[in-house]
Amino acid sequence: MKELAAGAALLGQRLIQAVLVMLAILVIAFAVRSALGDPLREIIGEAVPEAERAKLAQELGLDAPWPVQLARYLGNAATGDLGTSYIYKRPTAEVILAKFPASFELVLGASLIVLLLSVPAGIYCAVRPSAFGAKSILSLSVLGISVPVFLTGIFLITIFSVWLGWLPAFGRGDTVDLGFWETGLLTRDGLAHLILPAITLSSIMLPLFIRLVRGAMLDELGHDYVRTARAKGARPLRVWLSHALRNALVPLVAVGGLQVGTLIAYTLLTETVFQWPGMGFLFLEAVTRADVPLITTYLFFVGLLFVITNTLVDILSLMLDPRISLEGTR
Amino acid sequence: MSAEAIRGNSRSILAYAAEHPGATLAAIVFGIIAVMAAFAPLIAPQNPFDLASFDLLDAELPPIWLEGSDPRFLLGTDAQGRDLFSAILYGTRISLMVGILAVVIQAAIGVPLGLWAGYAGGRVDSAVTRMADIQLSLSTLMMAIIVMALFRAGLGGETLSRYAVPLLVIVIGLAEWPFFARTARAAAQVEAAKDYVRAGRALGASSFAIVHRHILPNISSPLIVVATTQVAGAIMAEAALSFLGLGMPVTKPSLGTLIRSGYDLMFAGAWWVTILPGLVLIGLLISVNVLGDALRDALNPRLVRR
Repeated sequence: MKELAAGAALLGQRLIQAVLVMLAILVIAFAVRSALGDPLREIIGEAVPEAERAKLAQELGLDAPWPVQLARYLGNAATGDLGTSYIYKRPTAEVILAKFPASFELVLGASLIVLLLSVPAGIYCAVRPSAFGAKSILSLSVLGISVPVFLTGIFLITIFSVWLGWLPAFGRGDTVDLGFWETGLLTRDGLAHLILPAITLSSIMLPLFIRLVRGAMLDELGHDYVRTARAKGARPLRVWLSHALRNALVPLVAVGGLQVGTLIAYTLLTETVFQWPGMGFLFLEAVTRADVPLITTYLFFVGLLFVITNTLVDILSLMLDPRISLEGTR
Repeated sequence: MSAEAIRGNSRSILAYAAEHPGATLAAIVFGIIAVMAAFAPLIAPQNPFDLASFDLLDAELPPIWLEGSDPRFLLGTDAQGRDLFSAILYGTRISLMVGILAVVIQAAIGVPLGLWAGYAGGRVDSAVTRMADIQLSLSTLMMAIIVMALFRAGLGGETLSRYAVPLLVIVIGLAEWPFFARTARAAAQVEAAKDYVRAGRALGASSFAIVHRHILPNISSPLIVVATTQVAGAIMAEAALSFLGLGMPVTKPSLGTLIRSGYDLMFAGAWWVTILPGLVLIGLLISVNVLGDALRDALNPRLVRR
C-alpha cells in the first residue's frame, strides 16, 4: 500500500514537472512568434489587401497581444480543443493522431532490429572482449555513430532502390485501415516499404545500444556473484543471461529511456528522407508553411511522449530492481 | 593535436603512427579536409555564393570521370549550374566553422560551471548537476530542431537564412554544454583533493586563482577529448538541421544543405550532387571521431583498452 501511494506521488510529481516544461515551451513559442513574425504573411502571402488581412487576423485571433493569445489557447486546450490547422482546416489533434500509426510502425520496426541485434552483439563484446569479432563490432559502431542517419537513408536508397530496384524508396505503400489505426504491416507492399526506413533508423540507434549493453554487462561481469555462480558450476551462457544480463537491464533501461528525444529527432530525419507520412514529416510541413496551431500541438504531443516514457522507465526500473525504492527515485 | 600525446609518451611520431594506423589515417584525412576548407577561396575555381556567376546551361553536369562531363567542373555541377567542387569546399568551411564555434560556446558555458561545481561542491554542485541532467534528458538534437523550427516559422525562411550562422552556433552551442560541465566537474573534484590545491589555499591564493590558474591547466586533457567528440557532434547537428531545411540556406550552403538540395536530383540520375558532399561529411565525421578515440587512449594512461 505504501508503495502504491509513493508511486502515485511520483506520478503526480512527474505530471507537475511535465506541465511546467510544456508551459515553458508554449510561452516561448507564443513570445517568439509575436516578436518575430507575421504568420499571415506565410499563410496568404504579401499580395492580399490590408483590410482583408486585418479581418483574417481577427478571425484567427492574431490581433491580440501574445499573452492574451496564450491564455485563450490554454482555455481552449482545457476543453480539449488544441486549435485548427491552417493547412488542413481540421482540428490539429486529429491531424497529428492520424499520422501517429505511421511513425509508430517505423519506430517499432527499428526497435525490433535494434533489440534483436544489440543484445547478443553487446553481450558477445563484453564476454569476449579481445576476440576479432568483438573488435570489429566496436570499430563498426564508431563508423555507425559517424554516419548521419539521413545519409544512411540516402545511401540505402541509392543502392537498393535506384541501382538495384529491389525496394521502394519512399512512402508507406498499401495500407489497411482498421478504423482507428491505418497499418502498413498487413500488406506485402506496406512491409516492403518499411524495410529501408526501419534499417535506416535502427542504424543510428544500434551502435549506441551495443555500447550500452556491452558497458552494462562489463560492469556486472566484474562482480563477485558472477564468479560465485561460475564456481558453483553454472554454465557460462546461463551466468551471462540469467544473472548478469538481468542485472544489467537496470542501467540499460534507465539510460535507454533517456534516448526518447533522440529517437524522435532521428525518426523525424528518417521520415524526411523517405517521405514517410508520419508525425515528423507533418511537423516539417507545418513549419515551412507556418501552421502555428499544428506546430504547437506537435510540441504538446512530443512533451506528452517524454512524460509517458519517463514514467514508464521509472516503473520498469522499479520492477527490475527491488533495491530502488520509490521514495528514493526523485 | 595528437602531438602532445606523443610527446607525453616520449615516443617518436613515426612509432606512434605505425602502432595506430587508424588514428594516423584519420589525422591525414582530417588534415586534408581542414586545410582545403581553410584555403577554399584560394583553391575553389568558382565562388559558389555568387549566384550571378552560374550558368543554367551548365546544370547537372557529371564529375569529370563520367561521360558528358565538362573539364571546367571537376566534380560536376548542381541544378543551378554551380560547380560542385567549389560548393563542397565552401560548404565544408561553413560546417567546420559552425561546428567549432558551437563547441567554443559549449566550453565557455560548461567548463566554468563544471569547474566551480567540482571545486565548490555543495549547493552550487547540485544546482549545476541538476541543470545538466534536465538539459540532457531533453535530447539536444530535438531541442535544436524545435528551436530552429520556431525561428523558421516565426521569422520566415528568408530572414532566417540571413542569421543562419549565428543562430545555428548559438542553438547548438547552448544545447550541449552539459558534456563539458560533467567532464570538468568530475576532473575538478579529483584535483580539488590534491596537495597542490591545499598548498595554494594555505599560501592565500584566491579560489578564482586556484580554479583557473591551477586546476584548469591540469584537467585540460579530458577537456580536449570532449571537445573533439563534441566538434563531430556539432557538425552532425548542423548537417541534420540544414538537411531538414532549418539551417543554412541554399544561397550559402553547408554540407547538409548541399545534400538536401541534391537529394531531389538523385532520382533523376544526378546522384553526385548529393552523394559527393555526403562522402565528405562522413569522412570529416569519422576522422574527427577516430581522432577523439585515439586522443582518449593517448591522454588517459589509466584507461587501458579492455
